[in-house]
Amino acid sequence: MTLRTYVISRILLTIPMIFILLTMVFLVIRVLPGDPVLLHFEKQENPAAMEEMRHRLGLDRPLWVQYFDYVAGLFRGDLGESMQDYSSVTQQILSAFPATLELAIFSMIIAVSIGIFLGVEASKGYGKTRDNVIRVFGIVTYAIPVFFLGMVFQMVFGLGLHWLPVGLRLPPRMDLPSGLNVGSLHFSTGLYTIDGLLEGNVYKFVEALRYLALPSLTLGLVLSGVFIRLTRSNMFETLRLDYVTAARARGLSETTVTYGYALRNAFLPVLTMMGLQFATLLGGAILTETTFSWPGLGRYIVDRINFRDYTAIQGAVVFFGIFVSVVSLVVDLLYAYLDPRIRL
Amino acid sequence: MDEPKVKKSMLSSLIPGLSSLSQRGLAGWLVVLGFIMVASIVVVTAISPWVVPYNPSQINVGKPLLSPNSQFLFGTNDLGQDVFSRVLSGGGIMLEVSILSVIICLLIGVPLGLFSSYAGGVVDRFFCLIMDSIYAFPGLVLAIAIAAMLGRGVTNMALSIAVVYVPSYFRVIRSQVLSIKEMPYVEAANAAGAKGRTVLSRYIFPNVVPSIVVVATVNFADAILTAAGLTFIGLGVSVDIPDWGWDLTNGRRLLSSGAWWVIAYPGLMIILLALGFTLMGEGLSEMANPRLRE
Amino acid sequence: MVSQPLLSVNGLTVEYWARRGKVRAVEDVSFSIDKSETLGVVGESGCGKSTLGLSLMRLVPYPGRIVKGKILLKGRDVLGFSASEMRNLRGKDISYVFQDPMTSLNPVKKIGAHFVELIRAHEPRVSEKDAVVRTRKLLRDVGIQSERIGDYPHQLSGGMRQRVMIALAIALNPSLVIADEPTTALDVIVQAKILDLLNALRDTYGMALVLITHDLSIVLERSDRIIVMYAGHMVEYARSEDIYRNPQHPYTQGLLKAIPNVELDEQTLNAIAGSPPDLLNLPKGCRFWPRCYCAKEKCREEEPRLTCTGPDHYVRCGKYEEGE
Repeated sequence: MTLRTYVISRILLTIPMIFILLTMVFLVIRVLPGDPVLLHFEKQENPAAMEEMRHRLGLDRPLWVQYFDYVAGLFRGDLGESMQDYSSVTQQILSAFPATLELAIFSMIIAVSIGIFLGVEASKGYGKTRDNVIRVFGIVTYAIPVFFLGMVFQMVFGLGLHWLPVGLRLPPRMDLPSGLNVGSLHFSTGLYTIDGLLEGNVYKFVEALRYLALPSLTLGLVLSGVFIRLTRSNMFETLRLDYVTAARARGLSETTVTYGYALRNAFLPVLTMMGLQFATLLGGAILTETTFSWPGLGRYIVDRINFRDYTAIQGAVVFFGIFVSVVSLVVDLLYAYLDPRIRL
Repeated sequence: MDEPKVKKSMLSSLIPGLSSLSQRGLAGWLVVLGFIMVASIVVVTAISPWVVPYNPSQINVGKPLLSPNSQFLFGTNDLGQDVFSRVLSGGGIMLEVSILSVIICLLIGVPLGLFSSYAGGVVDRFFCLIMDSIYAFPGLVLAIAIAAMLGRGVTNMALSIAVVYVPSYFRVIRSQVLSIKEMPYVEAANAAGAKGRTVLSRYIFPNVVPSIVVVATVNFADAILTAAGLTFIGLGVSVDIPDWGWDLTNGRRLLSSGAWWVIAYPGLMIILLALGFTLMGEGLSEMANPRLRE
Repeated sequence: MVSQPLLSVNGLTVEYWARRGKVRAVEDVSFSIDKSETLGVVGESGCGKSTLGLSLMRLVPYPGRIVKGKILLKGRDVLGFSASEMRNLRGKDISYVFQDPMTSLNPVKKIGAHFVELIRAHEPRVSEKDAVVRTRKLLRDVGIQSERIGDYPHQLSGGMRQRVMIALAIALNPSLVIADEPTTALDVIVQAKILDLLNALRDTYGMALVLITHDLSIVLERSDRIIVMYAGHMVEYARSEDIYRNPQHPYTQGLLKAIPNVELDEQTLNAIAGSPPDLLNLPKGCRFWPRCYCAKEKCREEEPRLTCTGPDHYVRCGKYEEGE
């Protein structure tokens, strides 16, 4: 299958999947509970207010009209209106999302780094203590509820040792990093670390990093198990390959052999795995954000749940789903591009 | 000195399966270990009503936030409840939720997987697409969404988790069935005129069972962690029933007071339970598909 | 004056731990190699010859381990070397030419880069430019145009790749080169060329050569002494003329008879009946007795020891033990 065929078919596959996803969310949120407005108000105290809300949100129309409107809205980028104050859910999501993105990126970096490092270390001595300890570590980290780990870190590193902050993204009185400001060009990503760098303000960058440390370490650690296992098994296979033994036979140092020869091959599967784990990452982000009061999309969803703001929940869930699909698509395409079997 | 020996032989005759498992090398030991962990927790939770030193739900059995001491082995929480008693009895909800979700998954996922892959064609494609879409979706997000709409309660939690997990069963079964479907002995059965149903139940299903078991154990582990997560967000069960997840949620507010015991012990129990299932899953999957010597 | 042999191996035993038990891939092998000598190691697949070769450089892959013996290189026991001494030794004092050149070269590295990496790993002070100059010379020595320096392994033919492997092996002027089935992956015409090349290099560079192969004919012509291996044991060890004129072990005799002779008409292939034993389930007594045409009672009972039957001629066979 040529690259082009693969790309096209992969993109084509994404479309029905996203549709199914949209429909699923619609069914769950609009159809499943019967009447989301009723749920929102809990007690039937104020029929007039309920009716008004239904009308304003278009929830009194026939179901298929709602569905159509919903899908059409999505094409426009409209994710609905919040039940709380009818403000644009899209707006709210877009303002909360960069925080989650920043957390996700850093957590992934940590997870992959730990995973590769420990995976390589484990592969160096099959069956020996080091290997077994690392394997156990990988299994155990998976079994730890991420919010529990977060709280433990908060207690130990934050409250106990006072090394790192335990909540929020920046020190209370600090201005937000403003990003790139060149003449009339203003560009900010919403990721405070990057914005701090763009602004040229090292202090803000460092602070953003400090606040990012515990949450991303928590999430990254829990996620690392999968990468440890993957790297380890790949390295075993690769380390037994002839050209690795041949390299050793030439007296090349272990570092060269491990990293220069064997690891190169382990890299591609790690990339695919990163794509696969992205969904898990976002799920874990919800819990992590709640634990660390991190103002991202995860915490947004939890807040909306507490407010019984179902339209907002719907919008956020759809957003999550679409985002994951797109990331997954990009990773698959990237992999196809890099995989020599498809390329050459 | 004879006592431990007698006990051991009693155990191994009581549970013959276990002793044969431990002969299967490392994989067997994992399963045994995992099973022991899970079984102990189940037993402890089951007998807890008779064993707890204090009523786990009763507030102010002692002064609030006492650190672990001889009277309250694990200390007390902010409501003055005995953490130790709560730990002993707190596994109930999680176990219920996970067992229920696994049952639902088995009831839905297995037949669906078998049917869809055996039928093939458009039907198969259709189900595959749906299952893949669910599978691709961030599991916890979906579970949260469903639980948010359904409301609190054990059944609702179990349902949310089940929906997220059915695709895993589906996929595993499907891949197994597809490979078995092509095997000569299935072809022979078909040629001999066996009905679809018979082929499925007598030829294909028995071979699929090991994989189902493996997925189920992982399902258990995930269900426990997800149930804890849902509770943490506030989608769990009502307050009176002792539950580790609830303790963690509640304990969050107490972090700054330094009362680590309120969180540490329940958290540890969750880890042990999830770990027990995970180990079983690891061991079983190694036994089912022994990895080539790495 | 008897000069010290370059390499002296004593009682080498290598074990593999398989799931079902221990396997002794190499058991109690002893021999020596002089400077500029060629030693041939012959045997069927699985007889342990490759393991023997790898063990000389301590490259036996897990789960194998060298459990007994001494390997004395210029008088020093290689088995006692530290990791860094081993790294120093490999590629520089002893080098290895692997069987399959396609899988032995790094597919994403250019040919030249292999050499530069090798040279600079052992002689860090050498500049890149000088390393490249040396690479070109080496390539020419093995008969490859130096323009190929920028090619990737998959762009070369099988024969050329093997020459590259050889060039890498001699790059740092080692005292000993071990070639494991250097021609098996190649076609017949190229085989001869490669073997000639090895011999020529041996003469030019004054190095010793260990030629591991299953083909006795190759080794008869081109080596000074020969070891015949069977099921991990060294069953005969002698000068190649003696092996040719006076093969003593029944297995060796069988191997010689099996060499097809183009000049005779009407030949059926004289194979040795039976197959090598399962190393996990060795027969009692001599390992070869099930396939031996002259096996006696005692062969089934006792494992024969290595006996010296003449100047530089050793056999492990019951027949020659009584003569003691």
